[in-house]
Amino acid sequence: MRIYITLVALATLVIGLTLFVFMTGDELDDNNAETGIQSMVLKNGMKVIVQENRRAPVLVTQVWYKVGGSYEHDGITGISHVLEHMMFKGTPDTPAGEFSEIIAAHGGRENAFTSKDYTAYFQRISNDHLALCLNLEADRMRNLLLGEDEFLKEIEVIKEERRLRTDDKPTSLTYERFNAVAFVNNPYRKPIIGWMEDLDTMKIDDLREWYQTWYAPNNATLVVVGDVRAEQVFSLAKEYFGPLKPAEIPQLKPRREVEQYGIKRVQVKVPARVPFLVMGYKVPVLNTSENKDDIYALELLSGLLDGGNSSRFSKNLVRGSQVATSVSAGYSIYALHDSLFTISAIPSNGISMEDMETAIINQIKAIQDELPTADELARVKAQVVASSVFEQDSSFYQAMKIGIMETVGLGWQTKDEYVDRVNAVTAEQVQHVARKYFNEDHLTVAELVPQSIDVQLSAGDSADPGETHAH
Amino acid sequence: MRIKYCILCVCLVLMPAVAANVVASPEIHSWNTQHGAKVLLVENKMLPMVDVRIVFDAAGSRDGEMPGLAMLTNGLLAEGAAGKDAQQLAENFESVGAQFDNGSLRDMAYVGVRTLTDEQYMNMAINTLADVLVRPDFPRDAFERELARMKVALEARKQSPSDIAEEAFFKAVYGEHPYALPAGGTDESLEIITLQDIQAFYHEYYVASNAIIAIVGAVDRKTAEGMVETLFAGLPAGNKPDPLAPVPDLAQAETVKINFPSKQSHIYVGQTGMKRKDKDFFKLYVANHPFGGSGFASRLVETIREDHGLAYSVSSYFSPMRENGPFMMSLQTRADQTDEALSLLQSELDKYVAKGPDKDELEASISNITGSFPLSLDSNSKLLGLLAMIGFYDLPEDYLETYIDNIRNVDRSDIKQVLKNRIDVDNMVTVIIGNGG
Repeated sequence: MRIYITLVALATLVIGLTLFVFMTGDELDDNNAETGIQSMVLKNGMKVIVQENRRAPVLVTQVWYKVGGSYEHDGITGISHVLEHMMFKGTPDTPAGEFSEIIAAHGGRENAFTSKDYTAYFQRISNDHLALCLNLEADRMRNLLLGEDEFLKEIEVIKEERRLRTDDKPTSLTYERFNAVAFVNNPYRKPIIGWMEDLDTMKIDDLREWYQTWYAPNNATLVVVGDVRAEQVFSLAKEYFGPLKPAEIPQLKPRREVEQYGIKRVQVKVPARVPFLVMGYKVPVLNTSENKDDIYALELLSGLLDGGNSSRFSKNLVRGSQVATSVSAGYSIYALHDSLFTISAIPSNGISMEDMETAIINQIKAIQDELPTADELARVKAQVVASSVFEQDSSFYQAMKIGIMETVGLGWQTKDEYVDRVNAVTAEQVQHVARKYFNEDHLTVAELVPQSIDVQLSAGDSADPGETHAH
Repeated sequence: MRIKYCILCVCLVLMPAVAANVVASPEIHSWNTQHGAKVLLVENKMLPMVDVRIVFDAAGSRDGEMPGLAMLTNGLLAEGAAGKDAQQLAENFESVGAQFDNGSLRDMAYVGVRTLTDEQYMNMAINTLADVLVRPDFPRDAFERELARMKVALEARKQSPSDIAEEAFFKAVYGEHPYALPAGGTDESLEIITLQDIQAFYHEYYVASNAIIAIVGAVDRKTAEGMVETLFAGLPAGNKPDPLAPVPDLAQAETVKINFPSKQSHIYVGQTGMKRKDKDFFKLYVANHPFGGSGFASRLVETIREDHGLAYSVSSYFSPMRENGPFMMSLQTRADQTDEALSLLQSELDKYVAKGPDKDELEASISNITGSFPLSLDSNSKLLGLLAMIGFYDLPEDYLETYIDNIRNVDRSDIKQVLKNRIDVDNMVTVIIGNGG
C-alpha cells in the first residue's frame, strides 16, 4: 500500500499543479536563497529550475523527461534509449545531425543519457548561448521527424552499443542477469539498453508512439546551472517552451515487487578470466518509503561498508582477511521504485566464491549483532559533509542532482536535507536497518563463472607470431 | 525556419563575438622550492576547499625491465607510512572528509588530496599526505597483497578485448621503447618484482627535483608555501631522471590479428604521433579535430556511425606524451562487418591526409575548440589537471593565455603540411581482435 499511496499522491500533485498553473499563468514555484536555486512552472506544466553559479562564464542546460527503462513493458525494452538516439535525427527545422553541429560550432559540448527512471539531454556551453540551446531543445521536444531511414541505421548503432557495453563485458552481463533474476514484476528487472531481440524487432511506429506519449512540456523539467540570471532563463524558457502544447501523460502502474520467499541464485558462464560476485538485498528508497529515517540509515550503512579506504569492506575483506581483491556497496536513494542494496566483489586468487560470500555475509552480521562505533559513524559523516562541498566543484553534477530528484518526484528541495538527515542517523538506526532489510530470504546472488578464453594470434601481414601474444 | 535563421545569424557574429569576449584565464602563481620542485598555484576562493597534486616523472616509462614496478610503488605509498598502517592513514584522511588520490600512467605518477580548507582539517590532510609521500614504509604484507591484486587486475585485462588490443597496439608501435610495455605489468614482470626493487625505485624517482606541485583552491600564496614546506620537508632533492629516449618512427606497416570470443571486433589503427611539447602540437591537434576528434561533428562518426551504422564509438586522436605519444584510430563493430569497417576507416584517412579539411570544417573546428575553452577551466579539478600538465611537460607559463590564439593561427595550409609530414598512411599498425580477427 505504501508505494501505491505515494504514487497516487504524486500523480495528484502533478495534476493539481498543472490545473493550478492553467488557471493562474506562469508561477514562481520556490526558491532558496542559500543555494541560489529558483524554480517556476510554465503554463503548459513544464518545470524550470535554475541554480545561479558565477564560478566561470559557462552554463549547463539539461532537459529531463520522466521516461526511461522502468517505464517500458516487455517486448519494447530499450525503447526509451533508442528514442534518445533518435532525438539527434532531426526536425523539419533542424535536419538530422545539425543539432550536434550547431552546438559544436558554438563551442558547446552536448549529449544525452537514459537511465531507469529518466532520459536527459544536455549542453555545456559558454553563457552567451543559452537561447540557442533552449530553442533547439524546444524544437525537438514536439517536432521530431522520426524518419524510418534514419531509424534503420541508428538501431544498428544501438545494437553495436549493446554488444560493446554488455554482451562482450562479462561483468555487465552478470549485472544484467542479476537484475533480471532479482525482480519478478518490478520494472528494474529489464536492461535499460533493451534485450537484443526487442531491438531486432523494434519498429519506427513503436518509437513514434513512445515519443507522442512521453515527450511533452508537462512531462519535462529544464535545469540550468551556471553563470546566468534566473529571470533570464525563465523568460527564455517561456519564449521557447511556452508555446508547446501539453499532452495527457499516462499514469504509471505501480508494479510493486511481489514478496520474495527465499534466496535466489544465478550463474553466468561466459568466456572470462576473473570471477565476480553480485549480491543484492531488496530495499526501499526515499520515493517509496514513508520512513525516511530508514532510507538515510541505509545510506549511512553504505558509507560504513564502503565509504573510502578506511571502511569495513576495505579494512576487513581486502586488507584483513584478504578474501577479496575489491568489494563495493551500491545503493541509490533517489529512484522511482523499490531498489536493491548491492554488494559486488572480486575474490582474491585462490579464494572460493563461497568463502568470499560467507565473509561478506559475516560483515553484515557483525553490524546486525554489534553497534557500529562512534568513530566509524563520525568518519562517514565527515565524508558526507566534505563531499557536499566538493561536489559543488561540478556544475554538471549539481544539475544532475536537481534533475534526478525532480524527475523521480521528490523535488529538488530534497537535496537540501541530505546532509542533515545523514548526520542525524544513529548507530541504533544503522543496526535496525541492517536487521530489517538484510534478510537472506530477500537476497539475490549472481556469480560470474569464467569459461576459458582461447586467445590466439591467427594471421598477421608482417607480425612475428613469436613476438605478439595477447597475454 | 526559425532555427535556420538563428543559426545563420549566430554564425555570422560568432567570430567577432568570440574575439571580443576574451576568455579570462586564471592567474597562475608559480615558483620553485629550495630543492628544485616547481609549484603552480591557482587561487580560487569560491569554495572552502583545495586540491593538491604532486606529480613525478616516475611512471610506466621508468619501469625498465619490470613493467608494473612504477604502478606498484605508487600504489604502496599509502599502504603504510611513518609507522602508521593503511587503516590509520585512511582514517586520518577520511576523519576530516579528505579524499586521497593517486595514480601511475606512462609518463606521470602522482599523489594528491582534496580537502576542506578549515585549518584543522586541512592540516590533518596535508600532514598525512606528507607521511605518505616522504615516509612510506613499504610493509612486506602490503607489498604482497598489492602485488596479488595487480595480478588479478592483469587477469581482468585479459578478458577485455579493448585492453588486449590496446596493449598489442602499443607493443607494435613502440617496439623496444619503454612506451611499448603495459604500465600494469605482465605475467613475467609481476613474478620478479621484489620489495627491494620498490624501495630502490621510490628513492630514485620520488625526489624533490623530479616533482611538480599543482594547487588549486581557497589558499593564498603564503598558505600554499607552508603546505609545500610540510609536504617536502625530508624529501631529498635527488636528481631529475635522464630524458627518455626519443621514439623511433615505424619502419614498416604491421597487422596484428588476435582471435577472441567476442561478438565485436575491436580495431585499432595508428602509429607514432606527437610530443606534448611538439612544435606541431597545435597544428596536429586542430588537424585531427574535424577528422575524428570532434565526436558527432567528426568525419569518422559521420561516415562510420551515422551513414553506415557500423559502430557505436569511433574516433581518432593524438595522445601527446613526453616523447611521441600515439596517433590512434579505433572502433568496434560486429565481427562480420570487420573488413567493411576497416576499409572505410582506411579510406577516410587516405582521403583526409591527401586533401585535408575543407574550409567550413576547419572553421567549425576552430570555433568549437576556442569556444569550448572556457569549459576546460570551469572547475578546480579541471584546473588542477591543467596545472599538473603545464608543470610536468614544462609548457610555457602563458600556455592558457595564448591557447586560443595558437588555435586560431592554424590554417589549412599548415594542416595539409603536417598531415603530409607527420602521418604516414603506408606505415600503420593495425590491430584487430575478435572472431573477425
